[in-house]
Order: sequence, then C-alpha cells, then structure tokens
Amino acid sequence: MSQLGIVYALLGAALAVLLAGAGSSIGVGIAGQAAAGVVTEDPSKFAKVLIMQLLPGTQGIYGLLVGFITLSKIGLLGGGMLDLTPQQGLLVLAACLPIGIVGLISGKYQGMTSAAAIGIVAKKPEQFGKAMLFPAMVETYAILALLISILSVTNLSF
Amino acid sequence: MAVMQMQRVSICALKRDRKAILEKLQTMGVMEMTQVLDDESGFEKMDTQGARNTFEKKANLADLALDILQEYAPEKKSLLSSLEGKKLIEKETYNQVAVQKEEMMDIASRITGWQKEIAECRANIQKMENQIEALAPWMSLDVPMNFEGTGSTSALIGAISGEMTLEAVYSLIAEYAPEAEGVDVTVLSADRDSTYIVVLCLKKNAQQVEDALRQGGFARPSQIVSEIPAVEKEHLEAEISALQKEIEGCQKHITEYGDKRADLRLISDYFRTRAEKYELLGQIPQSSRTFFVSGYIPKKAVPAVKKAMEEGYDLVFDVEEIQEDEEAPVLLSNNAFSQSVEGVLESYGLPKKGEVDPTTIMSFFYVFFFGLMLSDAAYGLIIFLACFIVLRKYPRMSQGMHKALKMFMYCGLSTLVWGVLFGGYFGDAVDVVARTFFHVDVPDGGLIKAAWFVPLNDPMRLLMYAMLFGVIHLFMGLALKGYMLLKDKQYMDFFCDVIIWYVFLIGLVMMLLPSSIFASISQLPEGTFPPAVSQIGKVMAIAGAVGLLLMSGRANKNIALRLALGAYDIYNVTGWLSDVLSYSRLLALGLATGVIASVVNQMASMLGDGIIAAVGFIVIFIVGHSLNLAINLLGAYVHTNRLQFVEFFGKFYEGGGRPFNPFKLTTKYVDVKEETYL
Repeated sequence: MSQLGIVYALLGAALAVLLAGAGSSIGVGIAGQAAAGVVTEDPSKFAKVLIMQLLPGTQGIYGLLVGFITLSKIGLLGGGMLDLTPQQGLLVLAACLPIGIVGLISGKYQGMTSAAAIGIVAKKPEQFGKAMLFPAMVETYAILALLISILSVTNLSF
Repeated sequence: MAVMQMQRVSICALKRDRKAILEKLQTMGVMEMTQVLDDESGFEKMDTQGARNTFEKKANLADLALDILQEYAPEKKSLLSSLEGKKLIEKETYNQVAVQKEEMMDIASRITGWQKEIAECRANIQKMENQIEALAPWMSLDVPMNFEGTGSTSALIGAISGEMTLEAVYSLIAEYAPEAEGVDVTVLSADRDSTYIVVLCLKKNAQQVEDALRQGGFARPSQIVSEIPAVEKEHLEAEISALQKEIEGCQKHITEYGDKRADLRLISDYFRTRAEKYELLGQIPQSSRTFFVSGYIPKKAVPAVKKAMEEGYDLVFDVEEIQEDEEAPVLLSNNAFSQSVEGVLESYGLPKKGEVDPTTIMSFFYVFFFGLMLSDAAYGLIIFLACFIVLRKYPRMSQGMHKALKMFMYCGLSTLVWGVLFGGYFGDAVDVVARTFFHVDVPDGGLIKAAWFVPLNDPMRLLMYAMLFGVIHLFMGLALKGYMLLKDKQYMDFFCDVIIWYVFLIGLVMMLLPSSIFASISQLPEGTFPPAVSQIGKVMAIAGAVGLLLMSGRANKNIALRLALGAYDIYNVTGWLSDVLSYSRLLALGLATGVIASVVNQMASMLGDGIIAAVGFIVIFIVGHSLNLAINLLGAYVHTNRLQFVEFFGKFYEGGGRPFNPFKLTTKYVDVKEETYL
C-alpha cells in the first residue's frame, strides 16, 4: 500500500512534463507551419519568424521544470526515495496538475496566436515588437500556473 | 531622456545655387524635408521623374555588375561580415570616383554584357546536349538519317513503339505485306519504349512495307539530321566545347574586373544619392529665379546649418518654432547607456506629440529585469563578452545593430550580477563537477555560496521581491503619467488620475502588510508591522476609493453616470492586481534557467568518472548549456519587452510618433566622412 504514494507522485511529475510538453509541441508545430510559409516567400525573415515559432515552446520547459522539482522532492534523483502515503502522493499529483493542464491548453493557443503574429511579421516586419506581444499574452497564464505548481511542490512538507 | 526639439526651417534662395545648396543639405543630413507651399501661384514644381529614373537605373546596373562579380570572382566574407557595416571613406575619394562615372558605367555594362553572353552560351549548350541525347539511339546508323535508298531500294528509318525483336519485325512484315520480297531489317537499338530500326526493301514494295510497319506503330523520327549520327554528334560536341571556351573567356574578363569592386560600389551609391536629390528637386516649389525648401531641423543643429547656408550663398534663412497643431518628427536623444534600448522603444512606437521619452527610465528597469530572468553568472559573462568583442571588432556596424548589441552587453552584465547574487554558475555545474570528478563532499548550499539566496530553495522570497519590483515599476509608470499631466498644466487630472490612485493603492498595500497572509508568504514573523499600519492603510484606501468614485467620471454632468463611471474606475484595481501578478514571471523564468541548467549538469554527470566520461561530460555540457542559454535568452528578451510594453507603458504611454527621416546621403555600400551635427 505504501508503494502507491510514490506512484501518484511520479504520475504527477509525468503529467506535468507530458501535458505541458504536448501543448508546446502542438503550439510550436502550428507556428512552425506558418513560419515555413513565410520563409518560402522571403528567406530573410527567417530569424524573426523563428523567434515567433519558439514562443509557444516555453510551456514544455515549465513542465520540465515542475517535473524536475517534483522528482528531486520525492527523492527519485538523489537516491533515498521518500516513503509517501497515498495521500501525500496525491498531494504531489494535485500540485503538478496546474502546469500540466494549463500548459497543454495555453501551448496550443499560444501556437495559434504565434501563427497569426507571424502573419504580421510577414507583411509588416517593422512591427515585430508588437507582434511578439500577442503570443506573450497567452503565456502569462502558463506562468501563473507554473507559479502555483512550483509553490505547491516546494512547500509540501514531508 | 528627451525627444529632441525640432524647429521648422525655411530657406528661400536663388536658383543658380540650387544644386550646391541641396547637396550641402544632403551631406549634412539633418533636415527632414516637408514642403509647405502647395499650389502657390508663381511657384511651380519641376518634373524630375525622367532624370531620377535614369539615375536609379544606373545605380541598379552597378548593383547588378557587383552581383555578377560576386558570382564569378567571389570576395571572401567571414560569417560575421554582415556586422561590418559600411566602409567609411573620405570625401575626396568619393568626389574622385564621381569624375570617372562614365568609365565605371561602361565597365558595369560590359560586365553585364558578358554575363548575358554567358547565359546565351549556356542555353545553346543545353540545346545541343538535348540534340545529342536525341541522337543516342541512332548512333549505330552508318548512313545519314535522311537516307532514302539506292536506285532500286528504299530505306525506311524509324522507330517502332515497344520493345521488338528482329523476328517480330520480320513476322510483322510477312503478315501485312506478304508480297514484299528481299526485305532486310536491322535493329539499331532498343529501349523500353521503342525499337529503332532500318528496313531496306525494293522500291516497288516500299509503300506496302511501310504500311505493314505502321501496323506495329512505326514512325519516322521527329528530328532528322542530314548527317551520319556519329558524325553529327562529333560536330555538336565540337561546338559545345567552343561555346565552353567562350564562356571561360567571358568569365575571365569578368574576374579581371574584380579589383573594380570598390569603385563600382561607390558609383552605385553616387547615383543612388543623386536619384534621392532629384526626388526632392521634384517636390520643391520653384519660381523663375528662386526656389524654396522647408523642413524640420533639430534645434541643436540649426546654428550649424544656418552658418553653412548663410556663409556660402545669398538666401533667406527663416527659423520658426513648431506650431501647436503640427506633428513634428521624433528624434530621441539619450545618454550612452540608455541609448541602447532605443530600439526596443522604437519597436513599440516613438513618443507622440506631448509625450515624454521613457527610454532612460525604461533602460534601467529593462537591464534589471533581463538579468533577473536569466540570472546565471556564467551565461551573463558569455553574453557580455560575446557582445563586447563583436562591438570592438566591428565598430562600423549599422546603428540599430550597434544599439541592440550594446543593450545585450549591459543585460549580460546584469545577468552576471544576478547570477552571483543567486549563486548560479552554469546552474550547479561547480558542485556537480566537484562531486563527480574530484569526489568532494559538497556542503549544503554548494561550494560557491549565493551572495544573496538561492531562489529554488526559497521561491516565496523571490516571489515577494518580484512583486515588489513590479510595484515599483508600475508606480514609476504612474509617476510618469503624473509628470506629463503636470507638464501640460492639467492639475485637476493630475490630482484625480494620479494622486488619488497612489493614495488608494498605497492604502491597499499597507492594509495587506500586517495581515497573516502576508506574514506567511514573506516568512517574516507576524507583528513586524504594527497594526497601526493597517489602520492608516484602511483610512487611505477608503479615502482613495471615495475620491475615485466621485472624481473619475468628472467629465460627466449626470450624477448617476458620474458615480457609475467612478465605480467602474475602482474596478480597475483588478487590473493593477493582474499587472503585479504578471511580475511573477521574473521568478518563473529565473527558476527555469537554473533548473534546466541543473538538469543538463545531472545528465552530463550520469556517465560517471574517468577520461571517456569526462569527454562525454564536456560534450553534453556544451550542447545542453548552449541550448539552455539560447532558449532562456529568447524568453528573457520576450518577457522583459512584455513587462515594459504591457505593464509599464500601459500606465502612461501610447506612442505613435513619426520617426525623423532626414534628407541625407542614402547609401548602400559606403559612408562618406562628414562632420556630425547632432
């Protein structure tokens, strides 16, 4: 029975990385298609659209961040795994959910916004600064989710 | 921190000085031309379209010649050559080249001529190669392809579709032309689609035999040469090699002009600037004896222009202040440090009329936040050194690039400082290396202690600071709004929109300070702030809220509507809350750098100890940290921009000013040395 706690905790870390990573890959994929279209027309815009394409990539990093903190929290990395009760394991799982779920959804929508912003760069490259803002807006919520996930994981005491 | 003050300058001068005056203004490059006299009687505009087109065409021809030279006699360029910028040349050199412009244009047209010849030769070679290919199946034919036959025989040369054996052809003839005798069939070659044959028969049977062959899909060749194919092929090959020699000759001619590159560049720029001048010439009003130019000059440069004009020529030089309803172009002027973030401001929008230039204040926050988000001493040092070296090595790079690199250099420095404060040197690389390769017992807190604290161990503390920095940043924005209102003498607005908000917000913050929530977040012992703080805060918050309720809708006479608008304005406090929360990204991104760096180090150290493991460690270390640096650099850049654009500018700044675009030497390859007037 005591094994179940660590299973839940690991599931949490896995979900954080998995969902947020999936969100980012969807987002980067969507933006990448738009970026490739722009580069076919005008290869000199490569650097600008590449930056745009990378913007939805951060959710995956946030997921990795939470996953890593969780793994080191439950002692999976340094050896000496904690003996967690199922309740404690579920606490860890719950702490990981915000970045996982918000990362998945915001990653996708940030990708769509990035694709639209790439459209701005294609037609008005001088508006790059403003174009960059729209995808960055979406990311705010991933950052908020990340914050809660980090604070929960680090402040759980066992 | 300033938008440069502009003045409108009008010059009325004699037509005979026109060329000299315009050229002087162009080389000084400090005047933006906007003509005011429109449809004034007695003044006319000159049609210069034709002359302009000629110059533009010549500039393009020189560019084309340069491209061709680059193709055949490539100039060695390093990877960073795009940073080199334009070459600075003396004025005399520029004028000297202008003298030999005809000669240079001649060279340019010769180069393009040869290029054309090469292209034609290549097309011909292609055509002949196609012919040779078409001849390939007929190579074993030892008579010309249009061979009809001898006195009493006929020769049928052609192709039958499909692969056919000799027997199959004979049986085809035997079936459909049984009366034909003495038919001789030779198969020349065969491929998957066709069989190439020669059929000899008696002249009287020729028609029947051909009909018989047609049943099998026989057709005469589409391309008939009056030569034996092998001989024809030799001819063609000889011609191709002649053409190739010709191409080589042309190429040699072109490469011989490789040393003319610098002059061609100059001449291209020479014609480009002349085209620019003629464009202006077409816009300015002229009477039979005089002409009139008008435009904006930064106040600082006016005396220099006035001196240059009045010393050389007879003219009227008139200076006016900018009118109320006039939107002057914007040129920023900042100290050497703040200048570097001007590019960031430009990408949002230059200050419009009446707005202050926020560059100076923004520059400090920008560098501060950027460093906080990246916060790794080693990364900071790398960025700083890379930018520093590039800036040193290529002093003549374009101005925008120069500013951007300088900005990143300062940001790198800030990152270095934050890294030391938070104890990040490639994440925890020092500890990992010590543990893995030198088997050192790493004490708690690492070998190199953080000068301040380690964010990962105490995220709540950094979160508090991030929000504190955010509040300072936002209050600064509100203060700038107040400053602008005061400058415009809108004292009522200043009091209602700035002071009351300050009272309200500070009151709310003070109410929060002694609460147990704050104590638990900040980990300060409860009771650090006496309850009186909360009491004062309550009074301030209520006073502020009442003030907002009553005053925010002051533009409306209707009391109910006014109160409703006031209530809505109080609701804006949620906007302030989300703005402050938004600064939590300082923590999130700062942690992301450190944690991913640790992940990289951990992965690298998994190989264990030993020589091979050390090599593996170095490879993983370099790849992993380059990736981490790149992605977090992007993140820090994007989110620092966002904090400036959305949270900070949202409080006071709109932008939308028109950039100053002076009449100057618009060159592509060289900069002509000239005094600076700004």
